[in-house]
Amino acid sequence: MNGPLLKVENLTKHYPFGSGLFKKAIPVIRAVEDVSFTVDAGETLCIVGESGCGKSTVARLLMRLIEPTAGRVLIDGTDIAGLKKDALHAWRRRMQMVFQDPYSSLNPRLTAGQIITEPVENYESLSRKQRQALAADLLRKVGMSPEMIHRLPSELSGGQRQRLGIARALALQPSLIIADEAVSALDVSVQAQILNLLLDLQQQMGIAFVFISHDLGVVEHIAHRVAVMYLGRIVELAPSQALFAKPVHPYTEALIAAAPVPDPTRVRLEAPVEGEVPSPINPPSGCAFHPRCPLAVERCRVEAPPLVPMADGRVVACHVRAPATVIPPKPPVAANVSFIGT
Amino acid sequence: MQMHQTARNDVLLELRDLETRFYGEESVTRALDGISFQVMKGETLGVVGESGCGKSVTALSILRLLPKVSARIVGGEVRFHGCNLLELSDREMRKIRGDQIAMIFQEPMTSLNPVYTIGHQIAEAVQIHTKASRSVAKAKAEEMLRLVRIADPERRVSNYPHEMSGGMRQRAMIAMALACSPELLIADEPTTALDVTIQAQILRLIVDLKERTGTAVMFITHDLGVVAETCQRVIVMYAGRIVEQATINDLFASPAHPYTQGLMRSMPDPRRGRQRRLPEIPGIVPSLRDPIVGCSFAPRCPFAIDICREKTPVLRDVRAGHTAACWRAEEVMGA
Repeated sequence: MNGPLLKVENLTKHYPFGSGLFKKAIPVIRAVEDVSFTVDAGETLCIVGESGCGKSTVARLLMRLIEPTAGRVLIDGTDIAGLKKDALHAWRRRMQMVFQDPYSSLNPRLTAGQIITEPVENYESLSRKQRQALAADLLRKVGMSPEMIHRLPSELSGGQRQRLGIARALALQPSLIIADEAVSALDVSVQAQILNLLLDLQQQMGIAFVFISHDLGVVEHIAHRVAVMYLGRIVELAPSQALFAKPVHPYTEALIAAAPVPDPTRVRLEAPVEGEVPSPINPPSGCAFHPRCPLAVERCRVEAPPLVPMADGRVVACHVRAPATVIPPKPPVAANVSFIGT
Repeated sequence: MQMHQTARNDVLLELRDLETRFYGEESVTRALDGISFQVMKGETLGVVGESGCGKSVTALSILRLLPKVSARIVGGEVRFHGCNLLELSDREMRKIRGDQIAMIFQEPMTSLNPVYTIGHQIAEAVQIHTKASRSVAKAKAEEMLRLVRIADPERRVSNYPHEMSGGMRQRAMIAMALACSPELLIADEPTTALDVTIQAQILRLIVDLKERTGTAVMFITHDLGVVAETCQRVIVMYAGRIVEQATINDLFASPAHPYTQGLMRSMPDPRRGRQRRLPEIPGIVPSLRDPIVGCSFAPRCPFAIDICREKTPVLRDVRAGHTAACWRAEEVMGA
């Protein structure tokens, strides 16, 4: 296959909020704004950012669990955002999702075997024997004993449940797995087991991952490339090694500096970044990071910076660190809250 | 810090052989199985371990905040300034809580009342414990909010908890905990629910305030990174017991218990290479409902030999100020 496995173009999601019943216009929350990236077969793209940055919304948009306001999601060149129900059903086989909380994402009344074979039975009917064989095979793939086939989720540990969630995602042999904070709820020792499993699966089966996480240690470990999001937008997208060695966007820099390091001999020099993530209901004008940014200049308050490609293959949206050589003609952002007509 | 030389009267809190059990319908869980440690005046002691190891139960046992129906402290002592807290009446205990020992939690809403303003809640705590007048208490509330670096404290005192962000609520809870100048602050995962940039701010705040007020801090966390950035000494817990105790530098430089070593190695570390398999701790934590023979970590331990499966190791000195409950600690440190 030529070209990327997944191509996301100008993906945007606005949520209306408040009552619009008697008003002419509804204010919107810009959860995801103009997000574009690609993922190659067998690659891991990590999306990092803090709460409210839109990373989980991106995951749901990719799976088309929610409809985008604008933009396209292409898998092998086909835009799944435009597909009708039946066609979408067929394309869904290609991508599966693993959730953060293995407690609430598994049906407590189904056995392990039923949980992991259910996706396949959405597409084809299986004989009892086939189902048994498939379940045993999937359990083995995720490092669980086939004897677990009759267990209920409540009879499994947190790590085993997450393995089950991964087995379910593997059942349809997807080319892409979207993992939304898949190891965040796990203890460190269990987290290591699950990360190893994901790395093994990628190597053996060539699965690509979109791995959404707030944990930079985990991201640095498994990512090939990293997209950093802030208030709905990508502010930096770079090869993992380059990003961690030399973050360019001041927010990426602040994020990396803030992550606690398990090394007591390290002396922390820099003061943590001030302030908090602003509300997406009323985002700052210009660059959304400017109220917290130590480098902010006048232009940052007025004009949102475009993503500018850098020499080492990364893109950065920052007027100071990555000034655009040709300023694209763009109307200044007029209001903080935008309105869509009803 | 040289713990072994510390004089006895520097001990603020001492736990001796504390045993806490939870009673279910058909089973008894040995949540704490003989915990002994000390917190010195003005120090920051980290308590680390994974879910179910007993770190939060330790905190709740110290403050006697365990659920009355299902949990009981069945043995041991909790000595605060030499006085056994387990022998105090409920009324005497209430005087200690919030006044001399304060606690902050992962979720600030568990300790903030949603129907009162932040200022009211802080002032109330001050009034109860210091008998201060209303106006003095109100001024103190404002001063505390300023201390925890909440911008615009004059206005924020009249905010309700829901009008604040998660990070600000955590600051308000710290302000409330410190309002009566406690000698010991127990912080149970205070930054776990926060974003990393906010976590960095709150950690910095706790360390600064500790230095300024001289309050001892018992910092409970699952995050070795957080421990490394805030604590002077660390206790590692596993399955209701303490398995290792050391200064922060000793613990990270040469862990003496295989569990501690396993935890550190299982953390992603770019210096040891990206996208490689992480060393795992195989298996899972044992059930605390069934009796454990020998070392509770033995079934998962790469160092385990026959004695580990037969006899329970006790905490012993592996060097000055560094103890571990492992029959083979010396070999572990060399590995």
